[in-house]
Formats: sequence, structure tokens, C-alpha cells
Amino acid sequence: MTTAKTFAEISTLRERNALAVKEAKDKGLRVVGTYCLYSPSELVVAAGAIPVMLCGTSQNPIPAAEKVLPRNLCPLIKSSYGFAATDTCPYFHFADLLIAETTCDGKKKMYELMGEMKPLHLMQLPQLQDDAALTYWTGEMKRLKSRLEKEFAVDITDEKLRDAIRLVNDERRSLKEFQDVCKHDPAPISGMDMLTVLHNRGFSIDKQAAIDLVDRLTAELREMADTGISPFKPATPRILLSGVPVGIGSDKVARLIEECGGSVVCFESCGGYKKVDPIEENGDPLAAMADRYLQIPCSCMSPNQGRFNLVEHLVREFHADGVVDLTWQGCHTYNIESYRLKKHVQETADVPFLQIETDYSESDTDHLKVRIEAFLEMISRPKRAGKNPVEPKTA
Amino acid sequence: MVSVGIDIGSTATKAVVFDGRILGHAMEQTGWDPKDAGFRAFRSALDKSGITEDWVGSIVGTGYGRVSLPIFTSRVTEITCHARGAHHLDPATRTVIDIGGQDCKVISLNQDGSVADFIMNDKCAAGTGRFLQVMAGILDISLHELGALAADAEPAPLSSMCTVFAESEVIGLLARGTAKSSIAAGIIDTIARRIQGLAGRVPFRDTVSFTGGIAQNGDICTIIASRLGTRLHVPVGPQFVGALGAALIGFDES
Ligand code: SF4
Ligand code: SF4
Repeated sequence: MTTAKTFAEISTLRERNALAVKEAKDKGLRVVGTYCLYSPSELVVAAGAIPVMLCGTSQNPIPAAEKVLPRNLCPLIKSSYGFAATDTCPYFHFADLLIAETTCDGKKKMYELMGEMKPLHLMQLPQLQDDAALTYWTGEMKRLKSRLEKEFAVDITDEKLRDAIRLVNDERRSLKEFQDVCKHDPAPISGMDMLTVLHNRGFSIDKQAAIDLVDRLTAELREMADTGISPFKPATPRILLSGVPVGIGSDKVARLIEECGGSVVCFESCGGYKKVDPIEENGDPLAAMADRYLQIPCSCMSPNQGRFNLVEHLVREFHADGVVDLTWQGCHTYNIESYRLKKHVQETADVPFLQIETDYSESDTDHLKVRIEAFLEMISRPKRAGKNPVEPKTA
Repeated sequence: MVSVGIDIGSTATKAVVFDGRILGHAMEQTGWDPKDAGFRAFRSALDKSGITEDWVGSIVGTGYGRVSLPIFTSRVTEITCHARGAHHLDPATRTVIDIGGQDCKVISLNQDGSVADFIMNDKCAAGTGRFLQVMAGILDISLHELGALAADAEPAPLSSMCTVFAESEVIGLLARGTAKSSIAAGIIDTIARRIQGLAGRVPFRDTVSFTGGIAQNGDICTIIASRLGTRLHVPVGPQFVGALGAALIGFDES
């Protein structure tokens, strides 16, 4: 584990904040649960409520979820639903309202069931990124705004919204700077520790405090990088982890990559780099938000060129030696997209690519280890010898 | 310097002794104790090579049991080892198909024998030696007979690649009086289709080497080759390719 001082503070945020949420609720604060990167937390903040990410990343509630949901469904959906059905997530328990989107089929049908347990506002997300879609999506932003105003009896003024945008933009800046420390070679922090920070900081009820904390950690890590402190060696293969959302509990593949001798230098997924682009602060706030959110390159979009571009860019920026594309079993969109992503990566970045399809359980750990180790061998044998791992293209 | 490669697979454990050329090799059943099988194969291969342990400079372990032997000087996955071994036996090799007891893989090689890309089957026994074993068992014949029986037969359609479902499908076909030979051909075709599916995911270039114990069965090779529409090169001792690769890697690195 990293020796950076602030890390310990952040890694316990999740537990400590469960209590803080309860206290905040007792004082009359409202809590809004979200499940997806498309949920505009600025609106929640502007409504004076606390947004919390409820996306299920644990295997524990999955058996309970399978009493209702089909077994061959994406584990993220089963886990999210399972926490709700068993009432074992304090953050779900305290939520006054849930925001959900029509992203993939599994999620939107699951939300129909979840809506029977708690008030749930469903945003209809268009699945392409053109002007007509933007007009529609802006309408959906307005609908959410009205719902929040009505639900919490507040007025969301443009001014409040601008303040919220500035705050969440600062959060994005802070998260980007934090992740960017891993551009340093070797990275000053392991991928597992980075994931712990990205995951746990989301449970903070005070956004500004969480930003300050992450900024402090980033400063410490930069200093470590400057003095050459790193858990890795210069020859350690640097891996970009792309694909479905990962968090603590669904970290199996990130963990195995590092146990097998790699370094996860970047998470392209929703809790990681997909999240860092800021919203335009001038002009109409709702329109600016709609515009930014619609650009998120999730595999539920078609086409989804943005993701290919993002991965290509990240491979270069983070000097990745290989790309691992993690796709959950039952996730058609990411699983299918993996084929084209592989092609794109090989054509533009010339680094090896490995798709891993798995779930939250540990049953395939040994099997995955062989593949991950072989992938790392494929990178590190030539890397140690100072050769390019991929043979030059013949004209 | 003498280097030994030991490949502890789910069914068989193989060892190869190498010092610039192959001095000897041995195979043992893995059974329930991979560690013991590793030692047995090691000793037996040394005996056959006529050398003692003191001569050995490196022992590289591979295969699913690679974690279990304390004597290993290093461990390398079977993917890298198969590539290295197949390339050594035929430097023109650019693709390796390996059917092991518990998995099956297609490996794409660079010109120098290093791995360019690979794909392995997921979790289940579909397309593995185990699958063939179980199916031959239902037909009450040996693996060898399975191939011979299938040789000229029209494959019966088997839709399932999953061992459990294929089992009931085969029993159903038998009950309906379908000829054993065409069921046998259907079973092997299932494996061939599985490999075809994997092969489409990685660069698939000639020369294609086919490794693993199943490759010894000429009839099975022919069926798979025709399904893939390519020639399959079967090296001498196809089940020793992983162990040889491990020995070569140990030899290179010391
Ligand atoms: S992957 Fe897509 S659906 Fe899932 S959280 Fe991210 S944006 Fe939402
Ligand atoms: S991982 Fe795939 S299937 Fe699961 S919620 Fe996200 S988009 Fe849907």
C-alpha cells in the first residue's frame, strides 16, 4: 500500500461517511442515489441534496438478486439491485430519491423493479450524439430539474446551478490531476490504491472536503514521483484498464494484473478517466450540462467513436504497454464493442490488447491468472530486452 | 548448462531436458498430486538423459501446476512456452493450436517466436481434451477409436459445445439410432468449430502447428484441418512442446 499519508484517510471514507449521511439526514438533508455517469450530479447539488453513487460493486447481494433477476445478467446490475432488495447498503437506505437512465437493456428493465422500492426518476437517454438527441436530452435535464424542485420543494436557479457546475468541475479537475500522476514512469501509486481512492472519495458527503483531500494526496504523490518512490520497477508493464465500471469489490482483474507483476496506470472506465472532462461554465447551464453529459463515450451509444478516441489518447498519454478490456458477463454492449476496440488499438497504438470477460465471483481466478500472466510475459519479455513488443507492420 | 522444463498439465505432466539439444524427456500422469507428478517426471527425464541433478542449472515450470513445485527456478505460462517450443521445432510456425486437458488455445506468433496475440477458451470444458474424453466414454470407445470411427463419416449435427448438454445430446442421438461413426464425427466437429471460433479472433497465419496429446491422433487432425481449411503441422511429440518451450526459456535466460 502507498506510503502517502492522505491515502489512509481516504481509504476509510466509505465507512466513516455512512454515519455522516445518517447525521445529515437527521438534520433534514436530502440524499439522492445515482447509478451511472450520465446522472447529472450538478442538479442534485443545486437542489441542496447530497448525491451518492450506488452502483453495486460487490458479489455479496448477487445471490439475493438472482431470486428475481436472471442469472446470466451483468453482475453490476444484479449487485445494484441486490443491495436495494436486501437493504444492506446504508447509502441506498438513506436515499430519498434515485436517478436512473435508460442506458443498457438490463439496467432499464431492472430499474422498473427497483422503482417499486423507492421513488425513482428515470431519464430517457438517447443513444446517439447528434443535435436532435441533444435537444431531447436537454429536455430530460429540464424534467429532472422539475422533479427535484417538486420532490424537495426548492427552486433551482441558474445561479445555484452555475455554482454547482463550478464545484463539480473542480472535482473533475482534482480527479484528473490525481490520475495524471500515473503518467509518471514508474507510477508512484498502484492501480489498486488508485481505485480505492477513486471509489471511496465518492462516498464523501462534503464535495469540497473530498476535493481538498484528493488534492493533498496528489501533491504527496507528485513529491514521491519526483524523488523516485514507486511500488514498481521501470520494467514493470504499464496497463491501461478499459471497459466496464470497476470499484472496490469488483476489482478482481485490476488486482490480478498487479499480483501477476503489472501496474495499472489508468482506468478508462466510468469511475476513472471517462469522468474528467469539464462542463462549459459560460452560457445556459442546463444546455451546457446536457451537451457535456451526452458526450460520455459509454458503449450504450451507437456509434461510439468517442471511446475509441479516448482509449487511443490514453494509451499514448500514459505510455501504456498494453490494454486490458474488461467486460462483464452479460454485458452485450461492452462485449461486442471489444472486437472493434481491439482493432482500433492495434491500428492506432500498436500495443497488445487482451479482452477479459468475467463476473464478480472468484471462481475463474486461476484461469484468469494464466491469461493475464501470459499477456504480461508477452509485453515484458521484449520490454526487458528493450524491444518493441509488437512486430513492425510490413508494408 | 542443462535446463529442464516441466509442464504440469491437468492430465499429464511432461519434462524435457535440454542442453543445446534435447537430451531426454518423460511423461507421468498428473493424478491428484501435481507436486509429486512434477518430481516423478523430473527424475525420470534425468534418468533417461543419463545425468544427475547436480548438472541442472535451471528448472522452469509451466502448466496449471506451475505454482506447486518448490524446485522451479522460474515459472512461465503455457502460452509463452508453447509458442517458444513450437517455434523451435519449426521456425516457420506463426500460429499454434493447443488442445490441453482443461483448456484450448490459439496463439499467434511473431517471426522470432515470441507471442503476438493469443486467445483461450473460457471457464468451461468446451473444446478441450476433457470434452473428447467424456464423449468417447459415452460411446464406450477409446480416443483413438473415436478418431478412426469418425474418419470418413458425415458428422451428426451437435449443437451444444458444453460438455453437460452435449452429453445428453449424444445420448439422444444414440437412442434415435444414429450411427456411432457419424456421432463421433459430430463430436470432433464440435471441437473443430470451437477452435475455428477462437482462431477468428487472433491473426491466423501459416504455418499452423498443432500441439497437445490430441494432435497425435491423425484422424482427429484431418477433421480439424479440413474444418479450418488449412494444413496442420504436428511436431514430433506434440504433448511435449510446452515442456520443451520451458526448457528453452530456461536455457536462453541463463
Ligand atoms: S458504463 Fe455506461 S451505463 Fe455504465 S455507468 Fe458508465 S455510462 Fe453508465
Ligand atoms: S456493464 Fe454493461 S450490462 Fe452492466 S450495467 Fe454497464 S452497460 Fe449495462
